[in-house]
Amino acid sequence: MNGIVPAPIAALPWRVIFILMALVGFGATVLYSAAGGNFSPWAGKHVMRFVILLGMVIIMSQMKLEFWKSITLPLYLLLLLMLVVVELMGFVGGGSQRWINLGIITLQPSELMKPVMVLAAAWFFDRLPPSRIFGIDAVWPLGALLLLPSALVIIQPDFDAAIAYAFGLGVVGFMAGLPLIYFWGAGAGVAVLAPLVYFFGLKPYQQDRVLIFLSPENDPLGAGYHITQSKIAIGSGGIFGKGFGNGTQSHLAYLPEGHTDFVFATMAEEWGIVGGFFILFLYFLLMRWGLTVAMQSKTRYGQLVAAGLTCTIFFYIMINLLMVVGLAPVAGIPLPFVSHGGSSMLTMMLCVGIIMSIERHPGAKRGQFQ
Amino acid sequence: MKIEKQITSGQLDFTFTRRAAFVSGVQAAIGLTVAARMSYIAVADNEKYKLLAESNRVNLTIIPPRRGWFIDRFGKAIATNRADFRVDIIPDRLTKKEETVQTLAELLALSTDDVDRIHRELKNAQGFQPVQVADGLDYDRFAAVSVRLPDLPGVSPRQGYSRFYPSGAAVGHLIGYVGMVSAEEYQKNKKPLLITPGFKVGKDGLEKTLEDRLQGEPGAKRTEVTARGKIVRDLTTRPDTPGKPVQLTIDIDLHNYAARRLGLESGSVVVFDCLTGDIITMASMPCYDPNSFSDGIGRVEWKMLNSDDHLPMLNKALQGLYPPGSTLKPVAGLAMLRQGIDPEEMVMCNGGYRLGNRVFKCLGRHGPVNMTTAIMKSCNTYFYAIGRRIGYDNIAPVARELGLGQEFPLPFPSQRYGTVPDSAWKMRKHDQKWTESDTLNAVIGQGFIIASPFQLGLMTARIASGLNIQPEILMRKRAVAKPLSFPKAHLDVVREGMNLVVNGAGTAVRSRLPFENITMAGKTGTAQVRRIAGSQRGQSGAWKYRDHGLFVCFAPVDQPRYGAAVVIEHGMGGARAAAPIAKDVLTFIYDRAQAMASLEALEAGWGGNIEQRMAAKYAFFQNQPAPPPPLDPLA
Repeated sequence: MNGIVPAPIAALPWRVIFILMALVGFGATVLYSAAGGNFSPWAGKHVMRFVILLGMVIIMSQMKLEFWKSITLPLYLLLLLMLVVVELMGFVGGGSQRWINLGIITLQPSELMKPVMVLAAAWFFDRLPPSRIFGIDAVWPLGALLLLPSALVIIQPDFDAAIAYAFGLGVVGFMAGLPLIYFWGAGAGVAVLAPLVYFFGLKPYQQDRVLIFLSPENDPLGAGYHITQSKIAIGSGGIFGKGFGNGTQSHLAYLPEGHTDFVFATMAEEWGIVGGFFILFLYFLLMRWGLTVAMQSKTRYGQLVAAGLTCTIFFYIMINLLMVVGLAPVAGIPLPFVSHGGSSMLTMMLCVGIIMSIERHPGAKRGQFQ
Repeated sequence: MKIEKQITSGQLDFTFTRRAAFVSGVQAAIGLTVAARMSYIAVADNEKYKLLAESNRVNLTIIPPRRGWFIDRFGKAIATNRADFRVDIIPDRLTKKEETVQTLAELLALSTDDVDRIHRELKNAQGFQPVQVADGLDYDRFAAVSVRLPDLPGVSPRQGYSRFYPSGAAVGHLIGYVGMVSAEEYQKNKKPLLITPGFKVGKDGLEKTLEDRLQGEPGAKRTEVTARGKIVRDLTTRPDTPGKPVQLTIDIDLHNYAARRLGLESGSVVVFDCLTGDIITMASMPCYDPNSFSDGIGRVEWKMLNSDDHLPMLNKALQGLYPPGSTLKPVAGLAMLRQGIDPEEMVMCNGGYRLGNRVFKCLGRHGPVNMTTAIMKSCNTYFYAIGRRIGYDNIAPVARELGLGQEFPLPFPSQRYGTVPDSAWKMRKHDQKWTESDTLNAVIGQGFIIASPFQLGLMTARIASGLNIQPEILMRKRAVAKPLSFPKAHLDVVREGMNLVVNGAGTAVRSRLPFENITMAGKTGTAQVRRIAGSQRGQSGAWKYRDHGLFVCFAPVDQPRYGAAVVIEHGMGGARAAAPIAKDVLTFIYDRAQAMASLEALEAGWGGNIEQRMAAKYAFFQNQPAPPPPLDPLA
């Protein structure tokens, strides 16, 4: 960067911004086609949201690491309170509700809790003396952190969110150096508990989702319809796709949720596996960026937050893509930066903003002078 | 633990780096899994999914083939197809059953009988088998349903063709009718054509037996549709191939006339071409109207047909079996001549014939009679006496040669072939010896012997021409018929007897043809329905116990061309009920105007023609409670 570009602008983390612009731009292209060649109702809003949130992210990136550390616990408690409020509103209103309408925007506390859970876990491990990592002290506070919000979202009922919290917490704990035996144990526990949860914990529609994932052909017109149509869209796209604007599955509405959860199938129908590999490549770059930031961070909090948030983004990508290609059950999780939808875009951009802030402020090693 | 290991933040940093590397490895593995899975779907299974996407996108609508026409021997239409608009319900796609049917009933102004039928058929319908709501709709009503289609899932309005029988009830038994494919038929052969709305198959008569020829090949209309079924645009369309027309030997004008002339009676008229065996007319009345049957059978309609003691569901020409009565005397005459009986031999008739201690009665005291006089006067005594002398085992083969007791390879779903008894038959069937009183009964066409009107017509045609003609309903070139085994002299004696019946001093002199140069020969028959008890001779009392009236005839006498049989159930006498009809039907062949005049005079007294009488009857039945018809009315 020479003198042509002003220093503050040149100092922006352009690498990741380009990656995001590519993802959002490609997403907008797909949404434009899905709307039959129209910016409304999806593509225009998608870009607009990104631009606004990008401003927010750049402001966030200016914040020092200490700032995030200091607001972690208050944020966590605030969201916990909001979850209770949502629950009460649902109780009063007679029916489950997941969001609070603030007039300008609607806030979905269970969604915002996903990155905050990572922050909280990192905050905890930062404060935990290294020598205590093998002790019981390292475990029970984590359990408490996870249990409260999980219990609140499960009542809603939103299992997906609870799983996401556990995932975020688990990743941070893993990175923080918790003994591997815990993870083996957790794996074994899931293997034992999964059938129990399936039979006693899940509502019938949730049981259906699992069953249908296992054999979508059994119910091609019912609940297996999503997966079947998604596979048809991807499969019929072939290597190079049917061409921009030529996707019949999305245009004739055979593919449900073609602009949100199944946007990848909409894309693959028109752009083929070439388009799919392009998106996978962009995600690869994004993940590499996030983990590099984590490795280069000098503080424990920064390391854990950057790695944890990167994995939170990855969690979305993984669940969504595995679902779309028929390797995971249908879950209402959108594809980051590509799917249309404000809530998830906000969460993803919050993650990116905090990682950017860590990239800008890698800090100094403990015991070194800053 | 503290003794074992002291963890430092440096060690944790190292752990972090290792584990971060592990996490990125897991991420890469999952990324590769997705890439591999996607490649597999899109490359290896590409063809399969392309096909599936295409079958999503393209809605293949089957165009039901137009059914082949039925035409008569002169090319006149008997069954055709009428372009119309129709509405069907596809039960599987129906969401709000009650509301939808009610809306349709309002839009299409359906009768309660129709609504009732639709509900009943919906209850029994399976999956995608369409249930007909209405056909023959005008454009306005059709359009009224079409515009409301988004609110009426499961309703299928279509432009198509429906079967039309210009002659209505007159051809019901001959041609049959068409209807939607039944669940059993679809189970047997799951062709998608069978459950295409508007597609119908033959359900009875020739429509059923000639199905393969009439059906044709369906066409296909391809349209691009959205998931909700909205049509985006039309793609290519392949037109249907109509079924082949079938030309019948029937003269439809004569057939219709015969059906109308049967009037209020329950009976049948069969007319043969004596020289070829062509079936020119085969009317059986009363009958259902195949036009309204083809729309589905309503409750009221079914009750109306089912409560009729004249059995409108039975094709009496082929399936009705009657004792032939005296119409069999010419047959007995031929058998006697073959056995060397001199036709001039006189038999004294004193009003009866004594066999043992039982007297077999004659209808009158005829005095001395020879064979021709015996036929003319229908003298039982003559046939009792000579019949007993030659024995029935010598008469039965002649009856069989003339077609009685025989089944013919005709394309009708069922024909009954009756019985020509003899001693062997009786032993086989009843394990009893043939007695002389059996002979006496059989020789005058009573007792064990029964025959269909169709067989009686064929018998007369064979006597008239002396040719072994084979009955035929499908128009085609055939070999010339071979002569029967009877010498001309024998046939002439019998024919002369039949001539005298009408043109001499016989039993049917009042049914002489109204022409100078064309005459008809015939033989009356009156068949008892039950044993003569006391004074009741089957000439009065309850309708179902009255005697059947039969008449067989041929014309012209000098150059026979047409052979016919008329059977009137419980008509009380051949001369009284059957012969006048035969006379009018044969008159129609030679002078239509004269025959129509006499028919119209009669119809004025009957309450109109067939159509008008059925409409009046339907209106009467409409106000009465009626149970639902069975699924398959002919079973």
